[in-house]
Amino acid sequence: MSATVPTTTHAASIAASTILEVENLEVVFGSGPHRTRALKGISLSLAEGSSLGIVGESGSGKSTLAKVLVGINPITSGRVVVGGQELVVGRQQLALDRSLIQMIPQDPYSSLSPRRTAGQAIAEAIEPRRAHVAGHRAQILEWLDRVELPAASIDKFPYEFSGGQRQRIAIARALCVRPRVVIADEITSALDVSVQAEVLELLAQLRVELNLSMLFISHNLAVVRHVSDRVAVLNHGEIVEDGDVEQVFTNPAAEYTRSLLDSVPGAPGFDIGT
Amino acid sequence: MLDRIRSPWLSFLLSKAGELLLALCVLVLLTFLLVQLVPGDPARVAAGVDASVADVEAVRIRLGLDQPVLAQLWSYVTGLLSGDFGTSFRTGQDVSTIIGVRLPFTVSIAFLAIGVTLVVAIALGLTVAGLTRGNRNRWLDVSFSWLTAGFQTLPTYVVGALLVVVFSVTLGLLPAAGANSPESYVLPTIALALAPICSVSRVVRREAANVLEQDYMRTARGWRISLAKQYAVYALPNLLASTLTLSGLVLASMLGGAVIVESVFAWPGLGNGVVEAIIERDYPVIRGIILVLGLIAALLNIVIDIVLATIDPRTLRSGKASS
Amino acid sequence: MTVLTAPAAPAAPAAAGTRRRLHPILLSGIILMSLLILVAIIAPIFLSDAAEKLTSDTRLGPSAQHPLGTDEFGRDLLARALVATRLTLILTAFASAMSVLIGVAIGTAVWIAPVRVRKFVLSINAVAVAFPSLVLALVIAAILGAGAWTAAVAIGLAGIPAFVRLTANMAAPVMGRDYVTTARLLRVPKALVVVRHVIPNIGEPLLVLSASNFAVTLVELSGLSFIGLGTQSPDFDFGKLLNDGLASIYAQPTQILGPSIMLVLTGLAAMLIGDGLAASSNPRTRRGAGKATRTGTLRRSTLKTATPIAPAMEGAAVSVRNLTIQSASGLKLVTDLSFDVAGGEIVGLVGESGSGKSLTAMALAGLVPEGVIATADRLDVVGHDMLGTVTAGSLARDIALVYQDPISTFNPALRLDTQLTEIARSHLGLSKKAARTALAERFEQLRITNPERRGRQHPHELSGGMLQRAMIASSLLAKAKLLVADEPTTALDVTVQAEVLKQFVQASRDLNASVLFISHDLGVVEALCDRVLVMYRGQIVEELTREQLRSRTVEHPYTKTLLKAAEYVEGVR
Repeated sequence: MSATVPTTTHAASIAASTILEVENLEVVFGSGPHRTRALKGISLSLAEGSSLGIVGESGSGKSTLAKVLVGINPITSGRVVVGGQELVVGRQQLALDRSLIQMIPQDPYSSLSPRRTAGQAIAEAIEPRRAHVAGHRAQILEWLDRVELPAASIDKFPYEFSGGQRQRIAIARALCVRPRVVIADEITSALDVSVQAEVLELLAQLRVELNLSMLFISHNLAVVRHVSDRVAVLNHGEIVEDGDVEQVFTNPAAEYTRSLLDSVPGAPGFDIGT
Repeated sequence: MLDRIRSPWLSFLLSKAGELLLALCVLVLLTFLLVQLVPGDPARVAAGVDASVADVEAVRIRLGLDQPVLAQLWSYVTGLLSGDFGTSFRTGQDVSTIIGVRLPFTVSIAFLAIGVTLVVAIALGLTVAGLTRGNRNRWLDVSFSWLTAGFQTLPTYVVGALLVVVFSVTLGLLPAAGANSPESYVLPTIALALAPICSVSRVVRREAANVLEQDYMRTARGWRISLAKQYAVYALPNLLASTLTLSGLVLASMLGGAVIVESVFAWPGLGNGVVEAIIERDYPVIRGIILVLGLIAALLNIVIDIVLATIDPRTLRSGKASS
Repeated sequence: MTVLTAPAAPAAPAAAGTRRRLHPILLSGIILMSLLILVAIIAPIFLSDAAEKLTSDTRLGPSAQHPLGTDEFGRDLLARALVATRLTLILTAFASAMSVLIGVAIGTAVWIAPVRVRKFVLSINAVAVAFPSLVLALVIAAILGAGAWTAAVAIGLAGIPAFVRLTANMAAPVMGRDYVTTARLLRVPKALVVVRHVIPNIGEPLLVLSASNFAVTLVELSGLSFIGLGTQSPDFDFGKLLNDGLASIYAQPTQILGPSIMLVLTGLAAMLIGDGLAASSNPRTRRGAGKATRTGTLRRSTLKTATPIAPAMEGAAVSVRNLTIQSASGLKLVTDLSFDVAGGEIVGLVGESGSGKSLTAMALAGLVPEGVIATADRLDVVGHDMLGTVTAGSLARDIALVYQDPISTFNPALRLDTQLTEIARSHLGLSKKAARTALAERFEQLRITNPERRGRQHPHELSGGMLQRAMIASSLLAKAKLLVADEPTTALDVTVQAEVLKQFVQASRDLNASVLFISHDLGVVEALCDRVLVMYRGQIVEELTREQLRSRTVEHPYTKTLLKAAEYVEGVR
């Protein structure tokens, strides 16, 4: 595979206030013959208020990256700084202030507990210990409105919602904590196409409204193009390309990026022999 | 450490050996603590209510209870390693001899019953599952539920006693007690296997329904092979795998059932041995038999895990049959 | 002696708010148990005398006055059996509660504790579980001495390991769910996470298991009494009465009847409650839905249509007229579908979830799911009249199916070559060896690496993309005339998808087969298909050629919305 392509945008973005910085991050799982290097010394940074897309296929390490940033997976070596706080190497850490970074999960069917209402799910985010709907009703309703769900949703259970609606609740839950950085991990991959478009538009809107700094992880190049300012392409644990989103997509430097783009049906390079 | 080994079967078998070792250690510790945990003075309890102080002291020395605890543990462990399980309190016989004599009887009846259970339960469960698919034959469904639930709760000794009344006393066909002839195996096996057959056949029936609904059965259906072939080649291996996983515990617990059955049929096995020993407070015998029973149970579980790994290669990675 | 087994994964909870109608099994269990509790409360009040007072009417046979006769002390046997209910139920409830509560507490606590502690506790627990619980109870009884309450404690303690294991195992998948991870991210304290999220989601199966545990405890408790380690005279529970009865079995056979029947009834009540709870929480047993080994119905339509049925296209490989698919409850899933597929043509069936596209494809292949009824005026598929009688063998050869999720489509217990050569061996008459060699050749053709070794492997050893290619290889082997592919690349990476699609095109060319390609992805369909049928809610709303799709000459508003969304999400230009 091609070596990491150096870009100038990485250095340039450091000039603006950097809210997230990753330097030579290495994550290794297991030991002996089953030892896997999920991330092989990657570096990236996220400027405040901007959106960085992480593109990769399965096994690229993008989910591992998300989990490292929120503190679930331990760092094997390297440096990760989130909102000024450096993560400790070697162990799981959720001691970081929760309003620094939050994640919206991927699977709409397991992102919400089946036995808690939408209101309770959001209440838990507002007040983790007691999580009572009663005390925070106004705030919950405000957030439901923000994600374009009717007020009656507050007392409904997940099975009463469609996949797209559940993801909206998940978005509300993550954002009401007012995190400085939000990670959207393939949040629309499991949804129907028309619903995906709606949810993505909502996210784009909220991003502007709340001035979010966002890390948008996806395997879908077209989606990333809509939602991000810059993009990093991940392949087998390495960043093969990193730069302005339009630039990367119209004029990719790395061969892997090129083959990725050519694999999208409808792309000019897409050829399956028909 | 196990991660370094490449061959999946080797690391699987090694982890099983590790489990056996752990079970052994726990059993040794537990049986040792048995005597220590008796409330009050174990020596006095063992010596009996009307023993004199001198007798109690003699018992104390005989059981080694005058030594510090760790020394007792040491002598216990070293004794076991050299095959010395102690001597019976009541009869003075070597515990290892007692175990040696009684062991084959328990093992034979338990394993016979396990075999019978598997064969009958799988056949019964499959038949019922096949006949009641898609809510057909509702009456069969309901009566199967009731009958198996009912017979499952009938205690082994009641079944045993009833069998004795009907077949031995009334009909005179089969012997009522003892282990003297091949016929004497019949009634105890039935008594021991009845409840597990009910329980396992329910599992088989439920799992058969589960397996038949899987996507890969839909694929097999698309290949338009005969129904018999679908069941036998495509459904059965998966069914066996999940059934074994879920009923492994039931099968292993039949060792406990053997204890009761031996009591009803005056079967000269370990079960009767341990009950007598408990009533007589014969601690060395209790210890030895519990240790051996526990070992057999652990081995049985490991055998089940190995059989499972042969049927379903995916368990090699996870290493155990968790239910 | 009977042991608990974990039930199948719980289905989504029933609608909170709508009444859950009591399953008949559950209802019968509850009624029976209530009766027994009533007996437990009332019997000792009225029947104590008859049960305990020594009289001179010893060893009487059954009569009007003593329905079960009397024992050797002149006590009425029926009264004794009924009065014993109270002590038995109390002891059983106590022991059972001990096992469940402590077991569940430890089983959930291990998930709060750090990983090493959990692994350690669970491996020790595994040893305890392997040990027969009755023998464990005997040991504890040996230490504590004989007696009703010590026996109950012994059984209660002996039952803990099983519940620890069951709870820990059931909690494991829940701990991996996204909502638990999110709760941790929101800094909900770990203990609260377990209580708030894990326990409610394993609550239903736990309840079922507790019910069966009650029945098991009942039997084990009476077992201890039987051996003499349980209830001691003058107290009596079912086990003690059984013990007495067995001692007198030759002198008075009826003595054993009373406690036996009561024991069985109590156990039955508990098991019925357990079964009933399990059945009412599993939607499958309620409605009997699901993919089945038997097929649904596929027959000629009996409706008289005013308009004559349009004839089939010239040389059509597939011709469908007025296909209607209904669920068992009469809900129309697909309505009056009509279309043709030419020989060698690749036709795409596009729609979102609920459009009926998969059902249509299955109906075409004659694999209507159980409980579903499909009718049509015509359903001719590559020379077979699907509405009449079909020869299974040739049908299997002529129509090849590729499904969406490769992992679940293959049988995990069998080797790949066994499964994939099934058609070749059963319907083409190839020998095992010949079939395997032919399969390996097709593997190579489809660029599957290590073609000779692959056949010997099991499905879980291959990636999704390779499995799909293996599926296509099987269709090549059978020389199918129609390939029906239901979202075959949806679960695959984009680069792998491109490869698999290439193989698809190649395969269909080699066989000169028609392809029915179902997808929700307009981009894929546009690149792959000669013609596209757009489905919405069970109907074809528009039919487009590749050119029309490419140039965006669409008319139906739904197609327009779909295209717009596809452009946004898939970058279809």
